[in-house]
Amino acid sequence: MRRSVCIAVLTTTLLFGAGTITTGPKNVLASAQQKPETTEVKIDNFSFGPATLTVPVGTSVTWTNRDDIPHTVVSTDGVFKSKVLDTDEKFSFTFSKAGTYPYFCSIHPKMTGKVVVQ
Amino acid sequence: MAGKVKDEILYDHNHDGIDRRGFLKCMAWAGTGALCVMSGGVLKSYSLSRLPELSAKDAMGELSFVQISDSHMGFNKPANPDVAGTLKAAVDKINGLSAAPEFMLHTGDISHLSKPEEFDTVDQILKGAKPQDVFYVPGEHDVLNDDGKQFLERYGKGTKGGGWYSFDKKGAHFIGLVNVMNLKAGGLGTLGHEQLEWLEDDVKHLKHSTPIVVFAHIPLWSVYPEWGWGTEDSAQALAYMKKFGSVTVLNGHIHQVMQKVEGNVTFHTACSTAFPQPQPGKADSPGPMKVPAEQLKSVLGITDVNYVQGQHALAVVDSTLA
Repeated sequence: MRRSVCIAVLTTTLLFGAGTITTGPKNVLASAQQKPETTEVKIDNFSFGPATLTVPVGTSVTWTNRDDIPHTVVSTDGVFKSKVLDTDEKFSFTFSKAGTYPYFCSIHPKMTGKVVVQ
Repeated sequence: MAGKVKDEILYDHNHDGIDRRGFLKCMAWAGTGALCVMSGGVLKSYSLSRLPELSAKDAMGELSFVQISDSHMGFNKPANPDVAGTLKAAVDKINGLSAAPEFMLHTGDISHLSKPEEFDTVDQILKGAKPQDVFYVPGEHDVLNDDGKQFLERYGKGTKGGGWYSFDKKGAHFIGLVNVMNLKAGGLGTLGHEQLEWLEDDVKHLKHSTPIVVFAHIPLWSVYPEWGWGTEDSAQALAYMKKFGSVTVLNGHIHQVMQKVEGNVTFHTACSTAFPQPQPGKADSPGPMKVPAEQLKSVLGITDVNYVQGQHALAVVDSTLA
């Protein structure tokens, strides 16, 4: 009896697993178990590219300063704040909660961007 | 001096002594060096090449000082791999001026990354200048990471709040303002409420005839807001200056000479001693502009200012390092 329950559970799991291959949720399961996805924002010509970045929850975003002038990446709402990034220096932040995160360069405040976490 | 007449104002639509043609002429010369003499509210401009024609009274005053700006010590990119060398060249230029300046103003971005050794290097090089007194205001590059704590410890002794202060020299009133702190997303330079209150009080008791010199890093006029070249609340600061007959505003930040006259106020930005930046909107960004090495010193420079007591006159002369 006990053995048949085990088989039933296993069968259900397999069936559920088979179903997810076509509908997609398997990818969500896989990413939750692996390291967070990483996404790049490049700082070029005094602007953040892309200016608006949309990522799933758990994504680590890395900013790279490719200008000859230092910049910073500072959350408008105080969620994150990089140190000053000289040329080619990077800053990373992992977004664990959904929401919209506006940010700017505190040295050149005309430089603004946002990360939308879904 | 017959030729001088040609350079004087031809039309005075606003009765402020400045016509458009005269103003543009002054702007055009500014890039290569110009002398703008303001006397009794009237601005007369002469090209530097004609300076020898001017009398000593025209060109020199009882008070002479020099403005340097944007030395960016620590910058080492192709636009200028030797910013220490060009700052030394600026000091040589200052030491060679015919009217020895009594002091210097540094309008910020002394350092590139606010590192102690960058400030140390600038201090060391400026010790070689004949004028030993230097009055500083911070640029945004001088207050990185620590909200300006290090800058205030080094250069801000006796200053108010975030580092603003005033002093008097031979009847002229000098005001150093700070507009690079607490910048807000999407915004421009900011003076802030506390500083504006102090400023209002600082100038309240001065006579209307007192010549005023205001110096700050980011321009106090709207040069090009798209690149952040302006100050959010500068209009309020300038409103406190309306009663004065002569106001000269000296800024840096944009690494090029620009001049504008509005009523009683002459706005002037200085060259950098480190690297040039593009004209507003003439490039993808305001980043350092690379020019051929042999041309670099022709786009860097110093600004020499002379004040003639009793004549309301401030003469602003830009000289390149070439």
